Amino acid sequence: MSEKSYRDAIREAMMEEMDRDKNVLIMGEDIGVYEGTFRITAGMLKKYGPKRVIDTPIAEAGMVGTAVGMAMVGLRPIVEMMTVNFAIVAADQILNHAAKVRYFSGGQVDVPMVVRGPQGAGVQLSAQHSQTFESFYSHFPGIHVAVPATPADAKGLLKTAIRGRDPVMFLESAALYGMKGEVPDDPDFTVPFGQSRVAREGKDVTIVSFSRMLQLSLIVADKLSKEEGIECEVIDLRTLRPLDLEPAYASVSKTHRAVVVQEQWKPFGAGAEIAASITEAMFDELDAPVFRVTGEDVPMPYARNLELLATPHEAQIERAVKKVMYRG
Amino acid sequence: MILIRRFEEATEREFRRGKIGGYLHVYIGQEAVASGIISALRKDDIVYTGYRDHAQALALGAHPDRVMAELFGKGTGLSKGKGGSMHLFDVEHGLYGGYGIVGGHLPLAAGSAFAFRYQETEKIVVCYFGDGAMNIGSFHEAMNMAGLWGNSGMCPILFVIENNGYAMGTSIERHSALTDLAARVQAYNIKTEKVDGQDVFAVRVAADRAIKEIRETGRPYCLEAMTYRFSGHGAADILQPYRSKEEVEKQKSRDPITMLRKRLEDACGLTEADVQALEESAAERVTAALKFAEESPAPEASELFTDVVGEHGPRPVAETEHE
Repeated sequence: MSEKSYRDAIREAMMEEMDRDKNVLIMGEDIGVYEGTFRITAGMLKKYGPKRVIDTPIAEAGMVGTAVGMAMVGLRPIVEMMTVNFAIVAADQILNHAAKVRYFSGGQVDVPMVVRGPQGAGVQLSAQHSQTFESFYSHFPGIHVAVPATPADAKGLLKTAIRGRDPVMFLESAALYGMKGEVPDDPDFTVPFGQSRVAREGKDVTIVSFSRMLQLSLIVADKLSKEEGIECEVIDLRTLRPLDLEPAYASVSKTHRAVVVQEQWKPFGAGAEIAASITEAMFDELDAPVFRVTGEDVPMPYARNLELLATPHEAQIERAVKKVMYRG
Repeated sequence: MILIRRFEEATEREFRRGKIGGYLHVYIGQEAVASGIISALRKDDIVYTGYRDHAQALALGAHPDRVMAELFGKGTGLSKGKGGSMHLFDVEHGLYGGYGIVGGHLPLAAGSAFAFRYQETEKIVVCYFGDGAMNIGSFHEAMNMAGLWGNSGMCPILFVIENNGYAMGTSIERHSALTDLAARVQAYNIKTEKVDGQDVFAVRVAADRAIKEIRETGRPYCLEAMTYRFSGHGAADILQPYRSKEEVEKQKSRDPITMLRKRLEDACGLTEADVQALEESAAERVTAALKFAEESPAPEASELFTDVVGEHGPRPVAETEHE
């Protein structure tokens, strides 16, 4: 184990996989000479050369579409989106091509590719650069969606994504890039898809979350434990597709209360799917409705005070926990 | 070309009989473009095309039985009945699809071409698309990237514009600001050539020239094949209000099969009996394909859940319902 930032964990995962397999390459806007807007790819062009670290034109559909064509004949491309917001421009390539070609070919091709990049609010980038997209992509069969909350998971899940057989939307939290944590040194350390984990044990309320909101949930859980003796069990989903809710169900059968926390807008979000699934599966166990903590239902504003108001914060999670305990 | 024509005529009949569902876009009139180019390829080259894809599949050597079975939605089809007419796919014979989003497959084809050079092979990619595909973003992004990668010898691809004059029902004058399509491709630093798409020899000669250059240089090349579709856009396009009967009849005087026949009669004494033999063999092949498709079983219900992803596949909805 050594301490690493979420950013370095991502870079290390890519470089280790590029060292391991020459079919792995990376392409994106200003990832080479410029070394990446968020410096995730710093030093990679120098090490691997322009055939494997490809600076592309500003052409998201072109980047993703060419990656699909590379993947279908044996390469393992990683496409870096400068921000995941730009991937909407390539939505047809991701959803109509990458996600469908295995099925309509009757399984004649693998499509091993990763589209990765930062998403989320927190640094005053306003309406077009601050969105989160996990529920959008998780809606579609044919792709996987990873939402790492820690440096270790960022590395382990990305390695699984690169080594896999399918297209993966790897959604990083821009606000977590500087976060540090213990990361295993073993170059073959991977985190499998579809295995949620218990991030914190507790007996009173289950909090289900992922990505940056998982970290926020852990802060609230510690605070409630110290100040009010409420013990929250916090579940980290890690991937939303495949989605593993078994640890959440097991937790709810113990706590009988659940809160789901997401950064995204409330309507039709990941939280709705999770809350509905818990309700369907565990209705008899529940002592309260499953509550959702979400961002406000508005485009992201620029002004710092408004941005903070639009994004979920600790007090809202605390309130939701107390609400399901009928203490609110 | 005769097999393709008779096969397509049969699919139109079977569509009207309700044996073929969904959309059906036949290739009648354009046969020389598929045959002329695909006959110039090596076995390990690959082809991408749009949804008017039956001819490319047959020309590449896909088994007519399995193509017809796919159209009939049978488990013995090329894609186990999961793709249908618009998504024919036969990796063994080099067909990488069959795509239903107009122009959406162009970036894929350019990516495969890059991969072939990355893997240090001599393989090339052929990418067919219609004039109508040239107005969507994917076209421009793929052309620019292909031209760019070609500058360093990393994009061995032959783009084939099947210019049949219509984007579905919108004529080229009504959909393209510049009607010289080859010129539009040149803007991306890609060498282009116009060719008579009704003359299979002209197509083949141009293809040989283009493919030789592509293999040598690793640069993209584009042929604009001037052709015409005799049938409607799709099987449901019966009224065809966008063009006159006279126009269609006039174009039929340049039927690629009639032109080929005349050429062979003049050049090497092709006889009526020779043609008859070819017709009979094509008819037999099509009859056999129809029989195979008709008698094949529908896909197993369990196929619904296979091939969605390679790992972590879906569970049936019923299994996710808790007792």
